[in-house]
Amino acid sequence: MNAKRIIPCLDVRDGRVVKGVNFEGLSDVSSPIDLARYYSDCGADELVFYDITASAEGRALFTDILTQVASNVFIPLTVGGGINTVEDFDRVLKCGADKVSVNSGAIRNPDLVAQAAKRYGDQCVVLSVDIKRVDGRFKVFAKGGRENTDLDAIEWIVNCVNNGAGEIVVNSIDTDGVKQGFDLEMLDAVCNAVKVPVIASGGAGKIDDFTELFKTLPGVDAGLAASIFHFGEVKIKDLKRELDKNGINVRL
Amino acid sequence: MIAIIDYGVGNLFSLKSSFLKIGEIAEVTSNVEQIKNADRIILPGVGAFGDAAKKLRDSGLDKVVIESANSGKPLMGICLGMQLLFEKGYEYGEHDGLGLLSGKVVPIQDAITDDLKIPHIGWNRLDFTKGKDELFKYINDGDFVYFVHSYYAADCEDSVIATTEYSVDLTAAVRRGNVCGCQFHPEKSGDVGLAILKAFCEL
Repeated sequence: MNAKRIIPCLDVRDGRVVKGVNFEGLSDVSSPIDLARYYSDCGADELVFYDITASAEGRALFTDILTQVASNVFIPLTVGGGINTVEDFDRVLKCGADKVSVNSGAIRNPDLVAQAAKRYGDQCVVLSVDIKRVDGRFKVFAKGGRENTDLDAIEWIVNCVNNGAGEIVVNSIDTDGVKQGFDLEMLDAVCNAVKVPVIASGGAGKIDDFTELFKTLPGVDAGLAASIFHFGEVKIKDLKRELDKNGINVRL
Repeated sequence: MIAIIDYGVGNLFSLKSSFLKIGEIAEVTSNVEQIKNADRIILPGVGAFGDAAKKLRDSGLDKVVIESANSGKPLMGICLGMQLLFEKGYEYGEHDGLGLLSGKVVPIQDAITDDLKIPHIGWNRLDFTKGKDELFKYINDGDFVYFVHSYYAADCEDSVIATTEYSVDLTAAVRRGNVCGCQFHPEKSGDVGLAILKAFCEL
């Protein structure tokens, strides 16, 4: 059976990784290429690169970096950030991305998921959703979690899956940064609604949070995190060993 | 030189890079002479069977692939490229493949239990079915590789060399003489994948 995936997410601005600390054996912590290779060697199952660049120069730098990463790291690469058109898909896929993650772009242009899935296949289109509870209901937020779109999150996700989204990243704004564990209630609701892979994001603070995630919700396929990996609070090798000890199928 | 056949389907950047990584020279090409002069051939592919088979035929490259395979040149199909090696594919209708291996490509949906997801996407284990094929000389039974597919090769007992368990055993790799194929993506399967490509380069 498929192994549960552990996915570090790297935010890249102007060609450099935004946050991180120095690990042993890693010379330049803000080099996306060095960090990608380090994570791949540690057993990361996939990498997500999030382009938070605003300028056109930065964007060109990002694709250049992506090309170098794809020449050196041979695990699946997902790219997100600033994906608004099918041309944006084309731009990053040509540089070696395997999957493309859409978020606000899909909200602004509801045809984007369908257009991209038709051209590149469902497996290529990842829908990333920022979700927050409003009056006890799951709502989709846009612009990095700042704006309530008033869209019902479950309806939005089901709709996008029907249009061809092949994977869902569920980012809970309610648990993000709190480091008290993933949002199991929200993830359960998404798992019950769709049959495509679901990736949990937001809330992981320690190894046990991942164990709890996969034990409680067997329908979740992967756990994604950023700062706890970058700051060394959780080492991927230790994490996977612990998951294995708890009977969770991982690639060691 | 390894010719990675370019017939307009899929992203070949990682595949080319992975050969460079193991010290081999690979060219992404649709040039008939270049393919004929190559030491080995990779037939890649993503997308739908019928569409890809048509593109391969329309480009005339199907003949070069078949001739090369029949001449004894090592050929590896990857993902949809592996599926195209078979006689028939049943993705949105019935389509002819290259017929280099006997068997057919059918939906995973009809074989697996209902609780599982389609596509079969992610890291799964290889189970060797006929001992350790030369292609696996640098890896171990049970190693993980990366899959993305909704169809699989069936009725191919004579060529299957590895399966992967997804409630049922799905064909993961095939080989008959110089013709081989991987349903998974060796170029996305980390060191295990690179080790398989290296073994292919030594066939």
